[in-house]
Amino acid sequence: MSDFLLELRCEEIPARMQAGARRDLERLFRAEMDGAGVSHGAVTVWSTPRRLALIARDLPVETQAVSEEAKGPPEGAPDAAIDGFCRKNGVSRDDLELREVKGRKTWFAVRDIPGRAVADVLAEAIPAIIRAFPWPKSMRWGAASLSTESLRCVRPLSGIVAILGEDLVPCDVEGIASGFATKGHRFHHDGPITIGGADDYAGKLRACHVIVDHEEREAIIRQRAQQAASDAGLTLVEDEGLVVENAGLTEWPVPLLGRFDAEFLAVPPEVIQLTARTNQKYFVCEEGGTLANAFVCTANIEAADNGAAITDGNRKVLAARLSDARFFWDQDRKKTLAEHAEGLGRITFHEKLGTVADKVERVATLARWLVTEGIVKDADPDEAEQAARLAKADLVTEMVGEFPELQGLMGGYYARAEGLNDRVADAIRDHYKPAGQGDEVPTAPVTVAVALADKLDNLRSFFEIDEKPTGSKDPFALRRAALGVVRIVTENGLRLGIASGELLDFFADRLKVQQREAGVRHDLIDAVFSLGNEDDLVRLLSRVNALQTYMGSEDGQNLLAAYKRAANILKKEGFEAPENRTARTGEEDPLALVDDPDLGPIVAERAREKQEPSYEREPAEQALADALDTAEPKAETAIAHEDFESAMDALASLRAPIDAFFDSVTVNDDDPAKRQARLTLLDRFRAAVHKVADFSRIEG
Amino acid sequence: MKTPERDPKTSFQDMILTLHDYWSANGCLILQPYDMRMGAGTFHTATTLRALGPEPWNAAFVQPCRRPTDGRYGENPNRLQHYYQYQVILKPSPANLQELYLESLRAIGIDPLKHDIRFVEDDWESPTLGAWGLGWEVWCDGMEVTQFTYFQQMGGYDCKPVAGELTYGLERLAMYIQGVDNVYDLGFDGRGTTYGDVFLDNERQMSTWNFEVADTDALFDLFRKAVAECRNCLDAKLPIPAYEQAIEASHIFNLLQARGVISVQERASYMAQVRDLARGSCEAHMEKNADRWAEAYPEWSA
Repeated sequence: MSDFLLELRCEEIPARMQAGARRDLERLFRAEMDGAGVSHGAVTVWSTPRRLALIARDLPVETQAVSEEAKGPPEGAPDAAIDGFCRKNGVSRDDLELREVKGRKTWFAVRDIPGRAVADVLAEAIPAIIRAFPWPKSMRWGAASLSTESLRCVRPLSGIVAILGEDLVPCDVEGIASGFATKGHRFHHDGPITIGGADDYAGKLRACHVIVDHEEREAIIRQRAQQAASDAGLTLVEDEGLVVENAGLTEWPVPLLGRFDAEFLAVPPEVIQLTARTNQKYFVCEEGGTLANAFVCTANIEAADNGAAITDGNRKVLAARLSDARFFWDQDRKKTLAEHAEGLGRITFHEKLGTVADKVERVATLARWLVTEGIVKDADPDEAEQAARLAKADLVTEMVGEFPELQGLMGGYYARAEGLNDRVADAIRDHYKPAGQGDEVPTAPVTVAVALADKLDNLRSFFEIDEKPTGSKDPFALRRAALGVVRIVTENGLRLGIASGELLDFFADRLKVQQREAGVRHDLIDAVFSLGNEDDLVRLLSRVNALQTYMGSEDGQNLLAAYKRAANILKKEGFEAPENRTARTGEEDPLALVDDPDLGPIVAERAREKQEPSYEREPAEQALADALDTAEPKAETAIAHEDFESAMDALASLRAPIDAFFDSVTVNDDDPAKRQARLTLLDRFRAAVHKVADFSRIEG
Repeated sequence: MKTPERDPKTSFQDMILTLHDYWSANGCLILQPYDMRMGAGTFHTATTLRALGPEPWNAAFVQPCRRPTDGRYGENPNRLQHYYQYQVILKPSPANLQELYLESLRAIGIDPLKHDIRFVEDDWESPTLGAWGLGWEVWCDGMEVTQFTYFQQMGGYDCKPVAGELTYGLERLAMYIQGVDNVYDLGFDGRGTTYGDVFLDNERQMSTWNFEVADTDALFDLFRKAVAECRNCLDAKLPIPAYEQAIEASHIFNLLQARGVISVQERASYMAQVRDLARGSCEAHMEKNADRWAEAYPEWSA
């Protein structure tokens, strides 16, 4: 048994791609080994900006010899069949063996595959892995790129170390040959480092200022950044994303604390943090709960002056960025949001949907309507309208022009700075929420009205001009908007008809995705949505939840089984309900079209008359008909009152009668009248169940 | 008579001369700036047109860049409407391009054991040129000092072979090396003349002209004329003059932007026109040379 070390050296791999690259390396390696029948022990993968490494433990020297056999045609089969079998298995006719199978002589192809040296397997696997690597973005380089067929990689590949036990695994990828030699830190170490194998790899690199284990670098950054802050009497604002990114940018991370001019603290803290984080990848610090004038950068060298020059250089860069930010902050506040909003008429929202000002107008009307209709309660309609009118004004401010991710937030700051009340300022600030899966959902009424109106307007407008998301394309982020609507509506219990037609189906899909997280079954959502006409998400979810509880019970499972049995029989017999048949003739019962709820019982009575059979029903048959007579109106009433648990109870009462019916009644009777009546009864049962949900959509 | 002694730590021109010495010693032609107004060194024909086709090409040059909307009337310490880029283009990209680049930093006085040099992902794309590449922005103590790109496409064509392009931001690099916080305080010659002595008045006047004075009717007219002339050149199968007109149109468009007379809606249409001209010129350049290239490089195809 030997251990295998693979190191792929590359020019700086983007930090954000390293985690995926580690997973891909391990996955591809395992697939190659599985394919070749090479067993191995634990697999470890590491990454730095300049290398990907994999160590696999306990590989054998050779793969096991295997004998593969395939059963072919019987003796005496036509030549064509036997030849075809030979071709398929890559053997000649002479290689076939005759064996007895159930008393019949049958041809067998037997192939002995000898064991292979694992080093040879690896030598083929390494180039295959490199070529198959699914980088999110890849490139060509160098003289070989004269042809577009040349190797593609995230950045130029510069070296390969491949050692099995203590022996080199010789391979070559586009002129880059494997070897024992690697390189250390770009600046702290000159010349090649000779690796002996899997066991001395990390240690030798460490001696040359490379910590190859990304998790160790992450831990160093986490711990020393905190230490640097606390040494200065500050608290580090933890940021795991920055930890990982900085670990992906360094081979020898050295967190250093620097200070910036305290005057910049006049700028909103989010702006400072964003500048420091996204542009410079710095951590920020707090003192007594507020942002401090300090940053922590992560250098990649152990500088001779302990980082004094580095810290000073970084300070200057940050100062330049913060002075830009302060300039924007000062400039923007010279105008009110209403004045800024005048500029929205100059920004096209979408060529078919007019300007942002046009959009704002629509959102303001809708936000106000949501309040005046009582859909959003406890809000002042004037405030909702005002907030909606100002919500997009920050898009034309200098600050948001520079930092688009601060949209909303800056509007909130500017609103407060000009003295607008907190309800309006909060609504302006938070109206984009929830921005993503984890983001919080607004609950303040004015905010809810604006946030909902903004998203609904996006969805309705883009659906109207037929700009719907397709496949992976969603340029206007409509999926996110729909998910936002779903969450705002359901989490605030807002009662409204959300949409119709295609847009309603789109909401259904989003709801399924969102509810999956909450453990709600998507098939149950389907089962309720497919009844049609349900555009009230709160009512829908309440029905789905009752259904899920019911389906979790034994009653529910049995009823589902009975339903499927009934549906199968009806399908097999090609049964169509009498109403459906008459509907096609054009001579439908005029009463069936009457929509007046007062006439409901009369219509039902007429329908029942039709179903009254001409023969004496068997007891189980009668019991089912009686149970349906009771359960149907119960379920209907319960549903009308949104009491879905009672509706489920009504259904549950059908379980025993339907089971008994199946046990003792023959549906497919010789007497066509009986057969027809029983099918009609089963159809009634199916229809009764459909009042609650379309059980054909339910899995299991 | 004096023998040259370079001191990039006090002199902007010495930094440029050091880079010239360095890249000349490493096999580059040292070219002079293109004599037209352009937004970036990448527009120089030594970069765009030479990135096309199979022939090796190694060149370095300083290119003055004009970005009218970045003008700040000389009042911002590091934003200018006219500044310099140092461009190096190496085709095919050599295997040791990163090492060559780092050595050039050492040559102008940046010690990578004192300063933190980092290659941070930054892919480059110029829709105008139909060009893109992968690479990094190079950070020195957190400041972006160079754009480092492996060109993958130019003018909509795959680069065969790929060229490596380095674009040094000369002023910020000099500010860094000289340790000054304001671009106008840079020593230009190390003998007392500053960058401000040379360019401050230029920045003030040009900012005023760009933002306030430039006759917009004349600019619209110039844009139309450049577009027409580019088409005229393309009809005559003259890609280089056509490309010059595309650059001209691009700069006139930038001036119109600075004057604030192009609405958001119109903007896209102007950009599309410039892009079509630039791409058309690249296509014409390919067409003109493809047969010759294919003959000299049998493995190559357009």
